[in-house]
Amino acid sequence: MNFTLKIWRQRDAHSKGEFKEYKVTDISSDTSFLEMLDILNNDLVHKGEEPVAFDHDCREGICGMCSLHIDGHAHGPSQAVTTCQIYMRQFKDGATITVEPWRSAAFPVIRDLVVNRGAYDEILQAGGFVSVRTNSVPDGNAIPIPQADAEESMDAAACVGCGACAATCKNGSAMLFVAARVSSLAKLPQGRVEGARRAKSMVAKMDELGFGNCTNTGACQAECPKGISIAHIARLNREFLAAKLED
Amino acid sequence: MGCFLTNSSLGRKLVMSISGCFLVLFLLFHMAMNVVALIGDGSAYNVICGFLGANWYALVGTAVLALGVLVHFVYAFILTWQNRKARGNVRYAVTVTEKGVDWSSKNMLLLGVIVILGLLLHLTHFWSKMMLVELMGQHANNLGLAPTDGAALIQYTFSQWYNVVLYLVWFAALWLHLNHGVWSMFQTVGWANDTWLPRLKCIAKLVSGLIFLGFAVVAVVFYIKSLCPCC
Amino acid sequence: MAFKLDSKIPAGELAQKWSNHKAAIKVVSPANKRKLDIIVVGTGLGGASAAASLGELGYNVKIFCIQDSPRRAHSIAAQGGINAAKNYQNDNDSVYRLFYDTIKGGDYRAREANVYRLAEVSNLIIDQCVAQGVPFAREYGGLLANRSFGGAQVSRTFYARGQTGQQLLLGAYAALNKEIHNGSVKSYTRHEMLDIVIEDGEARGIIARNLVTGDIERHGAHAVVIATGGYGNVFFLSTNAMASNGSAAFQCYRKGAGFANPCFTQIHPTCIPVHGTQQSKLTLMSESLRNDGRIWVPKKMEDVEALRKGTKMPSDIAEEDRDYYLERRYPAFGNLVPRDVASRAAKERCDAGYGVNETGLAVFLDFKTAIERLGKEVIEKRYGNLFDMYKEITDVNPYEQPMQIFPAVHYTMGGIWVDYNLMTTIPGLYAIGEANFSDHGANRLGASALMQGLADGYFVLPYTIGDYLAKKIQAPKVSTATPAFDEAEKAVKAKIEKLLSINGSRSVDDIHRQLGLIMWDNVGMARTKESLEKAIVEIAALRKEFWKDVKVVGTADSFNVELEKALRLADFLELGELMARDALNREESCGGHFRSEHQTEEGEALRHDDKFAYAAVWEYKGEDVEPELTKEDLVYEFTHRAQRNYKD
Repeated sequence: MNFTLKIWRQRDAHSKGEFKEYKVTDISSDTSFLEMLDILNNDLVHKGEEPVAFDHDCREGICGMCSLHIDGHAHGPSQAVTTCQIYMRQFKDGATITVEPWRSAAFPVIRDLVVNRGAYDEILQAGGFVSVRTNSVPDGNAIPIPQADAEESMDAAACVGCGACAATCKNGSAMLFVAARVSSLAKLPQGRVEGARRAKSMVAKMDELGFGNCTNTGACQAECPKGISIAHIARLNREFLAAKLED
Repeated sequence: MGCFLTNSSLGRKLVMSISGCFLVLFLLFHMAMNVVALIGDGSAYNVICGFLGANWYALVGTAVLALGVLVHFVYAFILTWQNRKARGNVRYAVTVTEKGVDWSSKNMLLLGVIVILGLLLHLTHFWSKMMLVELMGQHANNLGLAPTDGAALIQYTFSQWYNVVLYLVWFAALWLHLNHGVWSMFQTVGWANDTWLPRLKCIAKLVSGLIFLGFAVVAVVFYIKSLCPCC
Repeated sequence: MAFKLDSKIPAGELAQKWSNHKAAIKVVSPANKRKLDIIVVGTGLGGASAAASLGELGYNVKIFCIQDSPRRAHSIAAQGGINAAKNYQNDNDSVYRLFYDTIKGGDYRAREANVYRLAEVSNLIIDQCVAQGVPFAREYGGLLANRSFGGAQVSRTFYARGQTGQQLLLGAYAALNKEIHNGSVKSYTRHEMLDIVIEDGEARGIIARNLVTGDIERHGAHAVVIATGGYGNVFFLSTNAMASNGSAAFQCYRKGAGFANPCFTQIHPTCIPVHGTQQSKLTLMSESLRNDGRIWVPKKMEDVEALRKGTKMPSDIAEEDRDYYLERRYPAFGNLVPRDVASRAAKERCDAGYGVNETGLAVFLDFKTAIERLGKEVIEKRYGNLFDMYKEITDVNPYEQPMQIFPAVHYTMGGIWVDYNLMTTIPGLYAIGEANFSDHGANRLGASALMQGLADGYFVLPYTIGDYLAKKIQAPKVSTATPAFDEAEKAVKAKIEKLLSINGSRSVDDIHRQLGLIMWDNVGMARTKESLEKAIVEIAALRKEFWKDVKVVGTADSFNVELEKALRLADFLELGELMARDALNREESCGGHFRSEHQTEEGEALRHDDKFAYAAVWEYKGEDVEPELTKEDLVYEFTHRAQRNYKD
């Protein structure tokens, strides 16, 4: 298969970026999208050009490192997968594919398609944890947890922190990310203890970092590679408002 | 506590939700009232108009309503401005509507602006010729109708085809706006989960559909009436 | 000068060793902990849990990771589960049984005391993770659920769907975030350690490159912990993450830390087969699939040929024409034999010509029986995400046709040599998790890597590091303005300079791919004296070529992925040779190390306990100079070494 790639190139955070066109030829349909970029990069290196920088690591859809806005979709045209799980058979032979970095004020471009998602770390550092010390804990079976609650918590905990939600949201809102963490812990007795504090501090940090306001478009849920539901956003809203009303 | 309604994104959303909810309730009431105009010769409708004349409770209601609209409107602009800023300076070259995402949910401001423009038109057509006239202490508006004769005013307004078209556009914008707004307000106060989200969306469709039909039917029926005075 | 290895294994009964040791080692008072700095390199299960626990204790901790967030470490990709001897299933599990299974699974090439300690703290890990809010799978009664894994006859594996590693790492990452929030841990993301700094024979800090700006930074500390995982990517194609590398460990080796059993590589039996020459990564399908999936190849060669031609679908082959070779060869464990055994058995069938795809390098993993027995819904609930992933990658629906699988490089049991305190041969330098060599012997059992990483990080290192740091309470802040730091920084800069100046004709990936092929063909699932000698020569030649002909574009002072890869490959090119040398030295078969010359009549691994019951610890002697071997005898006081038997 052959493709024309329109790829965003930007030297660093301070430079102005632009689209550049590249051709890749003779790509097997079983090649993954990122392998296709590997092939392009190998060609570029041979030509003495600097390869396209893009984030990736596990290539199994779990580390959350890969990003990319492909033809208008965060993580490409398929539903519920990360970019590393996109295969070229999903594209039409001869297609022109536009590849852009996440675009969000809170995710500045580092180089080409690589952005800084440190803001997500900061939000979690503000309260995305249960304050237990190592070793000062009860037996794992001391607190029974209804299976349905554990499952729902797990649904939210599946978040890989890739940034697709904020990158997709027309408002640049990180609500789905924040909600996934808050909701996952809120469904478990272990997390309930500091639920109010967590919701308030994480939301405050999210606002401080310049993410936008959620307007419930649901685009985040549609593009989330883990299919995390905006029902978790409702739970975050509930947690936050209940906490605020107690203040 | 007061400040989180302005300085927290979730607080601001709560304000949108509550003010929006209030406006939806008003619309339901207004729509129900309008439908009464279809019954009989309009005297039933005029009774309600009289009841809601320049009384203190109607005035307080109007003032609160105006405030609700204003808050909803001003917050919408603030939120949109903040959201644009959050999006960053460089926009995506390619954008799509994601699967399962309503067009209206992404264009609430546009729809809201259409609704506001429609509202202004509506106020000049009706409010300025009814309640305002009463407030000024006059007994007839510039059309020569009594300010309490709402039925006649409806008949007059919708006898003009361009008004019918403008109102239908307005109602359609309202319909789309509420399609998203109604379930969204539940989501924002946290009253939603995976079971209830589809139900709420269904309820939203019913409510917004009902409001649209209720308003639209009055406009259309009165237009038809104006075409054939006998029916 | 050979190493004087002191494993510091405490005396006494097996079950008492760890308690006795904890009672005997020194502790540091809270007031003094505040004055001590610790660097932790790597933020996987080991690094994150260690940094969080050390921060809680009051030390000043700096953590380094090459990704954009600590949460990306490759521990996150572990799917199946984590073992613990809770005996919640009432199937007669115990600390001893977990210990025994692990020692046996490792083919008696691990330290008894370490493994027992691992089994002992395994239960604490589950408690810890539950308290952190890890959403483990639960039964209807609300209590923790378990499943079975290879090499065990009890159900002791705790899991969170097929994402256990992710959930455990998010737990450790959350603990880390808590400490970052509290100010005891400082996080350096997109930073790569390029050298370890040694002064007066002790670890004093690291040289790191800021991967965004290219700045070379000095970081001093009273102790350095290496938690950078394994070096499976020496094979180019592996289940490891793309950026996983052996460089941090290798710098330690270069600066004098012993490197133990480098040849012990785990080849995981259930990976998706290689599809073409342009592939850059192999995908693992969880071992948990072997709970319900049955592995087979056709009995008849004509069926194999029909499959390859596509004239027959696997589902067309009758039950009696299928060879469930694991069930046939190992009736007691069946499809749940340890990984090394399952991998070799697959290789044996494929070598015999029964491979089921065009390349002849694949066997079937079939859920037909399980779907008939349990229904599609149950299977979907258990493995849905894995099935989806398989379909996504291969375009084949595993609910209808069996999966094709083939072994692939997955984990390295070898690593930096550490004593019972997890300290390397360099005082003040520690290695934990996959980066060290200690607990898995010659083969790791499934669901034990997570266990080891967290055991080291939460429950071992935070205690044992105090024993060393207690001697440092008078020491001032480590200065980075010293000749040792100057020298290390200069060397790093010179190396970068050199790589950028070669401007040859071959890309880093080209050379890495070639190294991978040499490794897979000669130092892979089956090794011989000839293949290993050949590998050593070829790798040395390739290394020369690399330093003469590699092309690294870009600059040193910018975000430069090619440079990162080149620096890592430079180390892989030495590490690969070290692995081959170690494999050549070990003239026996054990666990993941299979020397074709040494096998039983039935084709099983044949150990030579009389000659090789030791950990081979290698000391760096310079580039192109043969490293020196020191042996740590593995004394078995409490278990009898037997030929591993998974038949009955």
